[in-house]
Amino acid sequence: MVELTLPKNSKVGTGKTHPTPEGATNLKTFNVYRWSPDDNKNPAIDTYQVDLDTCGPMILDGLIKIKNEIDPTLTFRRSCREGICGSCAMNINGTNTLACTTGMDEIDGAINIYPLPHQPVVKDLVPDLTNFYAQYASIKPWLQAETPSPSKERLQSKEDREKLDGLYECILCACCSTSCPSYWWNSDRFLGPAILLQAYRWIIDSRDEHTGERLDNLEDPFRLYRCHTIMNCTNTCPKGLNPAKAIAEIKKMMVERR
Amino acid sequence: MGMKTPLKKVRGLGSAKDGTTHWWHQKVTAIAMIPLFIITLAYIINLVGADYSHIRYVLGTPFAALVMLLLIVAMFYHLKLGLQVVIEDYIHTESTKVALLLLNSFSCAVIGLAAALAVLKLALGS
Repeated sequence: MVELTLPKNSKVGTGKTHPTPEGATNLKTFNVYRWSPDDNKNPAIDTYQVDLDTCGPMILDGLIKIKNEIDPTLTFRRSCREGICGSCAMNINGTNTLACTTGMDEIDGAINIYPLPHQPVVKDLVPDLTNFYAQYASIKPWLQAETPSPSKERLQSKEDREKLDGLYECILCACCSTSCPSYWWNSDRFLGPAILLQAYRWIIDSRDEHTGERLDNLEDPFRLYRCHTIMNCTNTCPKGLNPAKAIAEIKKMMVERR
Repeated sequence: MGMKTPLKKVRGLGSAKDGTTHWWHQKVTAIAMIPLFIITLAYIINLVGADYSHIRYVLGTPFAALVMLLLIVAMFYHLKLGLQVVIEDYIHTESTKVALLLLNSFSCAVIGLAAALAVLKLALGS
């Protein structure tokens, strides 16, 4: 059976409540998932109070303030702080999203932060995405062509370039894949929405000549067909993309080529 | 788990080059069931309160029997395909999975054929 409850050593307890910063009046509560591989303890939720008067507006600003001023042991990934690197993907009040593009004012009451669901945790909010990246490598995310490279660039019409809109913007933050129940149960074989969207991006690239091989590689009861159109991927995508549609287009092509 | 690389694990035994037939047949049987189910339901509603011999006669007429036979084929094939996916999704112990997949195939075949036989008896007489 798939695991529908957390294993014993993953049960989340109550952690430390850090003191309110002195003199602060405009406070926001952060409840943050904490787990360290070093101390043999179960994960716990630590509570922090962030002074909004001396903090930037985004949830990532809050986390950075906590790390700088309250608790330097808090561990999370972040880099660009503008929604283009995908590092700060995490589960915020039940939805996978980017901490840097979600405003603290978008959430009423306390902000509850967990790592991306159903991935091994390295520490605190840092998930182990090794399998996800290997799946990305498996679809060969680069242009494959037999025709020798022309002396200049490979040409693409304006219309063909437009077909990549809504696909090329994917930053591989893994919010969609880790929101997908099918991916939770079968990520050992199902490629998941992010990787299938990326696969489709190369399938419909007018310059790529390996379309058939790419479809061959996906035509599998698990790799592609574990998608049951649940649509969590499209709901959660912080970039507003539609992986479910990309997957549906691949399924249509599978029928079309028969 | 040994020392296999992540890419080796992801590639596994390679693509099955299959799954489209399963997916397509599930969609086709779903669409087929819409009119078949409506017609069958209309027959049943019309026959509410009728006596036994009249029901036997009406459901045994060629058109009613044909619709019901088609519905039974579409429905039990669809059921088999759908349950198979549920089992593959949720059951990860290999022995239990194989046992349940077999049970699914066999019980859908047995119940479906039994239902078809009942309709044939109505249509062709005993």
